[in-house]
Amino acid sequence: MRFRAKIVDLACLNHFSRIVNTIAKLAKTCILRLTVCKLYFILSDKVANGGASMWCELSQGNFFDEFQMEGAAAEHNEIYLELVPENLSRALKTAQNAKAVKIKLTNKHCPCLRVAVELPSLSSSSRIVTHDIPVGVIPRRMWNDFREPSVPDFDVSIYLPVLKTMKSVVERMKNLSNFIVIEANLNGEMNLKIETDLVSVTTHFKDLGNPPWASEDGCPSSAQGRDLESMTEACIDIKKLLQLLAGQQVNPTKALCNIVHKRVVHFILLHEEVSLQYFIPAVA
Amino acid sequence: MKCVIAGGNVKGERGLGPGERSVPAEPCLTPHTLSSSPVLGRAVHSLSRIGDELYLEPTESGVCSIGGWELNGSWMGAGGAPVPPSLPAGSANTVAVSPAVPPCCQLLPFWLCLLPLRTPLLPAVRAGQCRARNRAVPMQSPHEVLPGHLPLAALAGEVGGEMSHPAQAPCQPPGPAAPLQVRLLADAVVHFPPMLAEVTLGTGPGGKISLRNYVEDEAEPSKTMVTELWLAEDEFQSVAVTPGSHITFCLKEFRGLLSFAEASNLPLTIHFDEPGRPMIFTLDDTVLEVHLVLATLSDLQSNSQSPSTNGVSHLPAPSDDFADDLESYMVAMETGEGDSERAPSPTFPLHTPWPAQREPEEEKEEEGAVPGTPPHKKFRSLFFGSVMTPGRPGVATTQEVLAEDSEGES
Repeated sequence: MRFRAKIVDLACLNHFSRIVNTIAKLAKTCILRLTVCKLYFILSDKVANGGASMWCELSQGNFFDEFQMEGAAAEHNEIYLELVPENLSRALKTAQNAKAVKIKLTNKHCPCLRVAVELPSLSSSSRIVTHDIPVGVIPRRMWNDFREPSVPDFDVSIYLPVLKTMKSVVERMKNLSNFIVIEANLNGEMNLKIETDLVSVTTHFKDLGNPPWASEDGCPSSAQGRDLESMTEACIDIKKLLQLLAGQQVNPTKALCNIVHKRVVHFILLHEEVSLQYFIPAVA
Repeated sequence: MKCVIAGGNVKGERGLGPGERSVPAEPCLTPHTLSSSPVLGRAVHSLSRIGDELYLEPTESGVCSIGGWELNGSWMGAGGAPVPPSLPAGSANTVAVSPAVPPCCQLLPFWLCLLPLRTPLLPAVRAGQCRARNRAVPMQSPHEVLPGHLPLAALAGEVGGEMSHPAQAPCQPPGPAAPLQVRLLADAVVHFPPMLAEVTLGTGPGGKISLRNYVEDEAEPSKTMVTELWLAEDEFQSVAVTPGSHITFCLKEFRGLLSFAEASNLPLTIHFDEPGRPMIFTLDDTVLEVHLVLATLSDLQSNSQSPSTNGVSHLPAPSDDFADDLESYMVAMETGEGDSERAPSPTFPLHTPWPAQREPEEEKEEEGAVPGTPPHKKFRSLFFGSVMTPGRPGVATTQEVLAEDSEGES
């Protein structure tokens, strides 16, 4: 099992750092899955994570100048590592002006992801900073726990409002309540509601648009025979929502959410080179 | 005693030309002039990161030295050289510290508690007040006179009826020296987390200098991130170090000095010896001299450990030639014996925060110390006793390798 990768382009490095920063805000520990073509940051929906789960997928070719991996076995050419994304974020934080960043899986005393940052210096040789990030290697028998979640059979799918606006609204609501209700309909309307004994606050968003999802038979689904005005709602932990919104450092190309009535809210944030899915279960 | 330090002079403007002479004046330390002197302000700022107390002492040569004392053994002193006034006496910006300091003022080092104040605030002490141990010292700020007073008795450093002085900076710093531009180190420490307590400075073949975060013995290596930075020899102005040497010290306190040194743009010299002995950072200028003395961690099993303890790499820089093959690890995991066959965790030297051994008679005198007052003069010997007693047997330098270098051609 081997893994080596190298980033030389500063723009790619900064973009990769931003993605890792976002992941670090969403999860204390997550799984890094490496395949020949892609990297995945995965958080499974365990109780310890509060039931929230995450699936972030990026194509390695958009970031790395060199990328070589050999998986656990020929027919299972993948590597699953458990790591603390905050460590990776910290290692990349001071690499803003790096000449190159190399990442390598090593096993010196224990399995580590070694991030070697080559920095410019006044002397003839570069300055090298290495960060040994301890990782846990996930054995093959546990890989099934980290499969890609399927898109739920949602009741409503709607584009999100501008994330910055949504974040500032949710930030203020967080001071009043621990839970927030997201409701939306097929008419492009979304409401964010909190309700306590003393106060209830609702913010209304209109004309957001509903993404067209093709069903299995090729016809547009969900919209047929449904009341466009009826609201689908789910009550979720407000902190989890705020973590997702606060972690976004760049506006996504597309941001939408799928709501299963009183069950789960499924957020999808699409950038050019990376997609992020985040599931927040509804509270009872 | 009254000494006034002109802001411009303390900032480091060059002093006496031929024919010029200092104008004797009653030395006076006034907040007004001090608040306008950035070097002094920066020094006090840096000192507040080291300890809760500040020591101020005028000396016979007219140098006013400011020391911060921290009970864990760190000490930083900054001295301003006497500079004659560039303006006529009586002007608001004159000064100089007169060389003829009344003896009572030499006997009165007193402690100021800076921590609750955190403002450029210093007492105005005049001759005559020195002897009145129980009189209050009026505190003045640049903008107003504070209503409260700090009782002098609580501040004066008296032990058993005699004035005591804190340890003075050693005349001959021991160990290797490595002067360098401060910017280099400031850039280096930025790679370490802000709250990191300790770092290990080490040397490797080829003259490379490394900085690595110290990992405590109790910490699980499989959960601790390790950061190591390598600096080439030619990034320093000069290097004279023993290959394979290493020393672990408190990064937090060192950052305080770095911020001061960076702002003052002075070259920094580092002197260190064996682990456990203090290390000294010096900044020198014609008008300013700064010493920071830090305690270092000692190697308890120093007789049996290699110079690359705490995992400081043998190699000058990480190469691609280290093992990255986890085949055996994976095989062990797949057969369900992963945990029991995991590679043994590396061991690290036991943490011993305070340097060296104490002499029995020193311990007795320590017991007589009054809390809240400066320590005995004898404390100095706890730090520098091993330097001052040449007969002490040296610690063996040959050490056993703890963690074999597993790097090989991949």
